[in-house]
Amino acid sequence: MATKKKAAASKKRTSSATRSTSSHSASMSHKDGTGGTPSRPVFIVDGSRTPFLKARNKPGPFPAANLAVNCGRALLSRQPFEPPAIDEVILGCVMPNADEANIARVIGLRLGIGKDTPAWTVQRNCASGMQALDCAAMEIASKRADLILAGGVESMSHAPVLYNNAMVTWLGTLNSAKTLGQRIKVFSQLRPKHLKPIIGLLRGLTDPVVGLSMGQTAENLAYRFGITREQMDTFATRSHMRLAQAQDNGHLDEIEPLYDTNGNVYLHDDGLRRDSSVEALAKLRPVFDKPFGLVTAGNSAQVTDGAALLLLASEKAVNDYNLNVIGQLVDSQWSALEPAQMGLGPVHAITPILKRHKFGFDDIDYWEINEAFAAQVLGCLAAWEEDTYCTEELGLNGALGALNQERLNVDGGGVSIGHPVGASGARIVLHLLDVLKRNQAQRGIASLCIGGGQGGAMLVERV
Amino acid sequence: MSQDYQHWKIETDPTGIVWLHLDKADSATNVLSAAILSEFSDILEALEKNVPRAVVIMSDKASGFIAGADVKEFTSFENEEAALQAIHRGHAIFNRLESLSCPTIALIHGYCLGGGMELALACRYRVADNDPKTRLGLPEVRLGIHPGFGGTLRSIRLLGVLSAMDMMLTGRSLSARAAQKLGLVNYAVPRRHLLNAARGIIKQPPKPTELPLWKRLASHKQIRPLLAKLFYKKVAAKAPRSHYPAPYSLIDLWVQHYDDPKLMLEHEAQSVAHLIVGRTAQNLIRVFFLQEQLKALGKADDFTASHVHVIGAGVMGGDIAAWCALRGFRVTLQDQKHEALANVMKRAYKLFQKRLKDRLLITDAMDRLIPDPKGNGLSRADVIIEAIFEDVDVKRELFKSIEPVVKPDAILATNTSSIPLDEISSVLQQPPRLVGLHFFNPVALMPLVEIVQSPTTDTGVANTAAAFTRKIDRLPLPVSSTPGFLVNRILMPYLIEAVTLAQEGIPLKVIDDAATDFGMPMGPIELADTVGLDICLHVARNLSQHMTIEVPEQLQKLVDKGQLGKKSGQGFYRFKDGKPQKDLPAKAYTPPVDIQDRLILRLLNEAVACLRDGVVSTEDLADGGVIFGTGFAPFRGGPFHYIHYRGTAQLLKMLEHLQQRYGPRFAADEGWQLLENNAAE
Repeated sequence: MATKKKAAASKKRTSSATRSTSSHSASMSHKDGTGGTPSRPVFIVDGSRTPFLKARNKPGPFPAANLAVNCGRALLSRQPFEPPAIDEVILGCVMPNADEANIARVIGLRLGIGKDTPAWTVQRNCASGMQALDCAAMEIASKRADLILAGGVESMSHAPVLYNNAMVTWLGTLNSAKTLGQRIKVFSQLRPKHLKPIIGLLRGLTDPVVGLSMGQTAENLAYRFGITREQMDTFATRSHMRLAQAQDNGHLDEIEPLYDTNGNVYLHDDGLRRDSSVEALAKLRPVFDKPFGLVTAGNSAQVTDGAALLLLASEKAVNDYNLNVIGQLVDSQWSALEPAQMGLGPVHAITPILKRHKFGFDDIDYWEINEAFAAQVLGCLAAWEEDTYCTEELGLNGALGALNQERLNVDGGGVSIGHPVGASGARIVLHLLDVLKRNQAQRGIASLCIGGGQGGAMLVERV
Repeated sequence: MSQDYQHWKIETDPTGIVWLHLDKADSATNVLSAAILSEFSDILEALEKNVPRAVVIMSDKASGFIAGADVKEFTSFENEEAALQAIHRGHAIFNRLESLSCPTIALIHGYCLGGGMELALACRYRVADNDPKTRLGLPEVRLGIHPGFGGTLRSIRLLGVLSAMDMMLTGRSLSARAAQKLGLVNYAVPRRHLLNAARGIIKQPPKPTELPLWKRLASHKQIRPLLAKLFYKKVAAKAPRSHYPAPYSLIDLWVQHYDDPKLMLEHEAQSVAHLIVGRTAQNLIRVFFLQEQLKALGKADDFTASHVHVIGAGVMGGDIAAWCALRGFRVTLQDQKHEALANVMKRAYKLFQKRLKDRLLITDAMDRLIPDPKGNGLSRADVIIEAIFEDVDVKRELFKSIEPVVKPDAILATNTSSIPLDEISSVLQQPPRLVGLHFFNPVALMPLVEIVQSPTTDTGVANTAAAFTRKIDRLPLPVSSTPGFLVNRILMPYLIEAVTLAQEGIPLKVIDDAATDFGMPMGPIELADTVGLDICLHVARNLSQHMTIEVPEQLQKLVDKGQLGKKSGQGFYRFKDGKPQKDLPAKAYTPPVDIQDRLILRLLNEAVACLRDGVVSTEDLADGGVIFGTGFAPFRGGPFHYIHYRGTAQLLKMLEHLQQRYGPRFAADEGWQLLENNAAE
């Protein structure tokens, strides 16, 4: 089984390798973005993720590459093929460490997938993991690859902390000072302002064009759709309850334990608050718009470390290795909108898919909409229920209606599980397939809002 | 320079540099045999007559520069005088090399040890490949001698006495980078720059560097005797002069003669000649060859494996898994207990940090060690090692369940220390597949692995298991599947006798000292505490079903009290910071004279029984197994070697005496008769 079957074209890329995007773009002419159905079926055959570990004010036990390697080797060790059978590695990651440049390559090599297997990293902020899946799907659809390891990873607790420009300039001056006298002079110029660091994580979670933090964009949605603090906290509490239930019922088989070098094992998403309640959450202060805002740490996604990896295969690979298909990646959609309203991205990504396939809400069995903020998911639901929004912003004839929340994020979401930005897109697709299987259901949509004002969505079906 | 040599190739390039390539005929490794030295002498003579611009000495072997002297020749000296002559010849050659009037450079990659290092020291410059495979050192003390080709003088002159003595007294080898830091090599460079470095040095020869004043002062006439006291103390902590004279002779040499280089060289020669024909050196050389013999047992070249699956993340299973990962295998470690797996990862990380040092290498090793709670690795592994607790039924169930899953040609091995193989293998569809791979604790320090075979075991499987053992850099010892195999069976009567002595009221320290005086690395009471009294009791009980040993009451009592030894902080000894607190016996106390005899003779008697039972096939294998499995006084050359040295007749007499006094446990095994007959033949 371990014979290495690789189309030469998949390893030796030349500029002449044509990318058959024509079939994609033909079906999607929506002004909001790009997407479409792959021209050759793309199957998801397996996947796993790490427990999502809440960042606790210091670098967590695992840098990003370690998270993905730990997750990936467990995934690969149960496959009927040897790791080098994989044609390509594509991973999403927003803020890798300084020594994790093109982190997909680092991870591919460390997993023993092979020196001759190409790997690349994609970045579409919060949807990077989903972007990786979409890229992999396109590679398979266009016959450039048959078997791809794709997904996302993020170690937000390891996000870089940087020197400011004043400090970098000072260091440069020090470096060029030759004599002792010069050095003493340079040292005398050091001021406290030089030591003020740039927190990479905060910068990353702030829109670089409109200058709003992600939380402030959620405040915008709350304002626009009249979402109350109580509604947000109720949503957050439900998220925790659903995750607790999923853990208790053993519905999170997708998790592979993590073992650190200090003798600790991590089995579960550790941001879960079983004691969460609307009353308790009501006591929290707003973090983004002080002092009158509504968005708190309790009704926002947790800053977390985690990785989620999937194996995508063509029909050929499925047959060659006798792989067990867990689902088909049927369609995907990327859309963009006003950055200050970025939380509505899912509305703009999901609606075109529904249109394209002539689906109503009821044709979709289960939903995963990433919980960046409770206000943001509730905002999406409200937008679909509002005539004005649907006609003016989505080009529909009227409101799309109410999405059944009993079928949305049934095992919790970013608020309870956490949202390691590069990984979440892959996690929700993986978990959606698990939910469909558990419920003997057929069709699901996973979607995320994306900082900078975008949305991404994927339509998957069980085969 | 047109003469053809068997082992050397000489090139003169257009710039006038002579490149001397050493390439020992019919060998994968360069060693300084008499033949090579004699050719080298001729070459030097020619170079003296027609001095080139520079001479560069390098090796054409992939394995390295020069691994040392030819150890085989060490055993062939008829007497001290013959040894001295050979050493004088070497001295003359190296002196000529040193006094060549042009720059001389040793270009070093891979092994540069012993005589090879001394040759490099006689060159004016040394350049080393900074690959991790490069190892430089003077390990002669490990063979019971010290450097004998001028290395004592030249290393101290180059590095100062502290660094040089540290290198020679411990015998440890250095990486290229460490050697550069110490000043042992002028440059440590990537292989791609080795030749450039040589040419660069020749173009602009660096000035010889002088040692800093304090380093020179350390070898001052007035300081030497003071410093020597420190050295003696350091050495004495490891080995007494009566057992290992070489390091003491080395220090003596420096103290007495460092002021007169010529005299020091002469005394170096005399000292090595004296040591090399002595009993300690000859026995340590014997141990070296026993090791080679064990290594050779693992030479089935067609064996390739990349994936090891270990079942059971206890102390043994975890350490085996970590060790295999360290040696380059992909390892899946199966256990349902996540905490056990997590503990192994922690221990493994410590081991890798200690052994690998480099951050990237540590990451690599950690990536190869895969906790596998679901046992996914079973179907992919080339070698499967079971290391769960000693329960025959559980083991049978396990092997029965995994046989259909594993690859058809995978090695199925058990790390059982006490269960006969056939009791486990009878549940298999193919019983001949099962082999025992019996590791010792701690795996990272114990070089021996017993390859356990029953009559059912397929010989091919056992050979492959031995080959695997070599791949993880351990020494395979084939043993038959009889209770206790070789090592535990031999150790047990010795340990039990020690406990019996303790029960008789002999102070613990006196018992342990009797064993360490003999040359054991650790006394039996401390050993029992270190292994764990519960484990000792378990093995003792197990063996007592098959052989006539009485399990001492005190062992049971201590275990009942939860006093398990080092791990619980209290066993026979009380432990403080992991060290046993050994009380001195009362001043007036005079111990009985037969303590050492009682301990050692029980061990020897059991060794004889093992050979008679065919646990191992030869005396040499038994000696190798006992030395590498228990640390049995290496300078005594192994139990059988020691038996022949003492003479069977005398030992039998002692046994008879002890039997009269202490009972049938000292009854001489029938095997002694066979030994006597062999000796008579």
